[in-house]
Amino acid sequence: MNIVEMKGITKSFPGIVANDRIHLEVKEGEIHALLGENGAGKSTLMNILFGLYQPDEGEIWIKGKQVQITGPNMAGELGIGMVHQHFMLVEPFTVTENIILGNEPVKGGWIDRDGAEREVREISDRYGLRVDPRARIQDISVGMQQRVEILKMLYRGADILIFDEPTAVLSPQEIQELMGIMNNLVEEGKTIIFITHKLKEIMQVCDTVTVIRRGKFIDRVKVEEMDENRLASMMVGREVSFAVEKEAAKPKETVLSIEGLHVTDSRGVGVVNGLDLEVRAGEIVGIAGVDGNGQTELLEAIAGLRKVQKGKIQLNNSEITNQRPREITERGVGHIPEDRHRRGLVLDFTIGENMVLQTYYQSPFARGIHLQYDQIHQYAERLVKEFDVRTPDIHTPARALSGGNQQKGIIAREMDRNPDLLIAAQPTRGLDVGAIEFIHKRLVEQRDKGKAVLLMSLELDEVMKLSDRVAVIYEGKIAGWVNPQTTTQEEVGLLMAGGSTGTEVKH
Amino acid sequence: MQLIQRKQSTFLTSLVSVLLGMLVGAVMMLVAGYDPIQAYAALLSSAFLMPYDIGETIRTISPLILTGLAVGLAYRTGLFNIGVEGQFIIGQLAATIIALKLDLPPVIHAVVAVIAGAIGGALWAFLPGLLKATRGVHEVIVTIMMNFIALYLSNVLVRNWLSAGADSTEKIPSSASLRWDSLSSLFGGARIHMGIFIALASALFMYYLLWRTTSGFELRAVGFNPDASEYAGMSVKRSLILSMMISGSFAGLAGASELLGTSGYLAIQGAHTGIGFDGIAVALLGANTPGGILLAASLFGILTYGGSNMQFVEGVPFEVVRVVFAAIILFVAANIVRWGTQKFRKKAVKEHA
Repeated sequence: MNIVEMKGITKSFPGIVANDRIHLEVKEGEIHALLGENGAGKSTLMNILFGLYQPDEGEIWIKGKQVQITGPNMAGELGIGMVHQHFMLVEPFTVTENIILGNEPVKGGWIDRDGAEREVREISDRYGLRVDPRARIQDISVGMQQRVEILKMLYRGADILIFDEPTAVLSPQEIQELMGIMNNLVEEGKTIIFITHKLKEIMQVCDTVTVIRRGKFIDRVKVEEMDENRLASMMVGREVSFAVEKEAAKPKETVLSIEGLHVTDSRGVGVVNGLDLEVRAGEIVGIAGVDGNGQTELLEAIAGLRKVQKGKIQLNNSEITNQRPREITERGVGHIPEDRHRRGLVLDFTIGENMVLQTYYQSPFARGIHLQYDQIHQYAERLVKEFDVRTPDIHTPARALSGGNQQKGIIAREMDRNPDLLIAAQPTRGLDVGAIEFIHKRLVEQRDKGKAVLLMSLELDEVMKLSDRVAVIYEGKIAGWVNPQTTTQEEVGLLMAGGSTGTEVKH
Repeated sequence: MQLIQRKQSTFLTSLVSVLLGMLVGAVMMLVAGYDPIQAYAALLSSAFLMPYDIGETIRTISPLILTGLAVGLAYRTGLFNIGVEGQFIIGQLAATIIALKLDLPPVIHAVVAVIAGAIGGALWAFLPGLLKATRGVHEVIVTIMMNFIALYLSNVLVRNWLSAGADSTEKIPSSASLRWDSLSSLFGGARIHMGIFIALASALFMYYLLWRTTSGFELRAVGFNPDASEYAGMSVKRSLILSMMISGSFAGLAGASELLGTSGYLAIQGAHTGIGFDGIAVALLGANTPGGILLAASLFGILTYGGSNMQFVEGVPFEVVRVVFAAIILFVAANIVRWGTQKFRKKAVKEHA
């Protein structure tokens, strides 16, 4: 039986049709993937199902009855729950408090805390969530917070669960745990709609997949009859290559050299502890490691965004330790930051303004203190064209673009400055295969132009595919170097977990 | 495209809020037994009736433009300068000191006094900017406190230094005055003075600074996203301090021109004048853009001047005008237009389905 049926759903926003007669049929008790590129209209469709948007056209049937979902409360009554990409939790509250928020059980005029806690624990145990009901949100990991969101849905009696790109924020291990939880949920009779653009995850846990592309319904297929390549080409609308094509690196002189680097995090705890690293012109050095082993702080220290406590960072044989970010940028460092919304873009600026975020004061973009908007716009037009940033025009605020196009904009800006060293932190996080392919190609291009590239990614696959040498980071030190051509995933995994063996790569 | 739409919608928000605010005022007058149509007619006609009235209305508008710009500029950089009132007082004080203690030829004397007012306001705003940039102290707290320091500092100096123990200083010499006889006589002897030109020039300056210069690019970037600004190599601290100082100099200019043009002497004050706080309302209604601030200041100026005459003509108490102000601000803050259109859209969807 189809528990959810959405028929001919159309929804337009000024300028675009986000959903164009989309069909979605979800069977009871299955994990149904909703697959599409960024900006394909997945989130719009789910926001309609969750009652946040009203469709312009089309019908929604839930459990065999036609319904009008006027808001999230109504969706809740119908048994629909949603885990959003950005969690909606009150940080200083405990797990239980967050779960009962807005729906507090009352006993004699007081909140029945013990009862609620018992119930939360019971649900947590039943689905193998292993959440401590008394922990405060601010003290638990992102993966655990996500489980709290899942618990919240279950506590409210949802049986149709929407997961909006749940793995984007998780580490590889947490992703595996989440997959396990999803299987548990289905075994207990829940139905899951899983929004994603990660093909591997679909192959692993989903039963059926609905593919949408640019707002249109493409197909609904059984996962067992598919493979990753076919799914990818359905999603993108053309053949996609997963392999990164590149020739052997021809490394030359050392561009970046780091010696005995010590950096602390914002609480003053040492997170980079005597790290040495060297990147040469014409090679991509990858940093692999489990999140939280100092990679973020390392890259921020190189870029001048975090203070170096001890040690030396040299660029082209001259010291840049603790220089101001502007100085470091001018000396020839490009930086694709890990968090594009926090660091990489001023979202309320136009695309044009964002393209000159570091160079606005230089000729030809400024003459004296006067901005030369003609020049800025010409330059932005060129970058947008060259890097295929899809935007209505360069006067559009960066906020209005999809994540992939925002990232392409940043990459355009950083690469066009032609830096000797390009730092790429999680350059493809949250992007779809089309955009990933594009960005990978550009990174290799940069290398082939004889530039040094330092790549950090939490996706081991990405590091292994792109890098010429891989440094595995563990507790703020390089635990070992591996050659991505010859090493195995197990070997790297061992190093990432603090194991000691590693094949030294000759410099 | 989207930007234009957004601009239109903020303009619409302001316009509808003004109309609704006046409606609230009308209802109040009805309840109290006055005829709102006659009252508003009296308000408008008395703001524009004679050249004299027009001149006085413009005089009322001038400082509101400047304090509105002060609040708006700081807000663009992500700062809430609630200390415009205090910077206004320091501007008055600095201008008074120059006017009374220095002996300079005409015009030059006035120019120096105006500049002193701007510098005084800028320095008064420098401290909260510095504390914010270096220690992260919230500017709202510091500026509120400094409003009181400014008020009592001004009072102490008036009594003990600028006058011989009196409640106010002497009148400033005409060499330092911003009055211009030909301008006054054009408007039937109204107290209109050069302050309006200072205000208009400042609005132009704010526009040019923010949208045409590299410093303005930095100020706006820091206002929207300090982390990205730091990443891009801008000095966030410098921008915060600079923004507060420019904001403070606008407030100081307002104070100086009020003193040198309108009152002509500095008196001991029991409480804040409120012109600085009105700047918050003006900036909010004007959506923090120079053009919007000009319009909003004009509206508030007309209501203020016309409202005091309405009291004489129709006997409607002036407080009604303050109620209209407050209602307008409430409607803008609640973004009544968007709320209304959303309701409407939802309803349309329902009926359609």
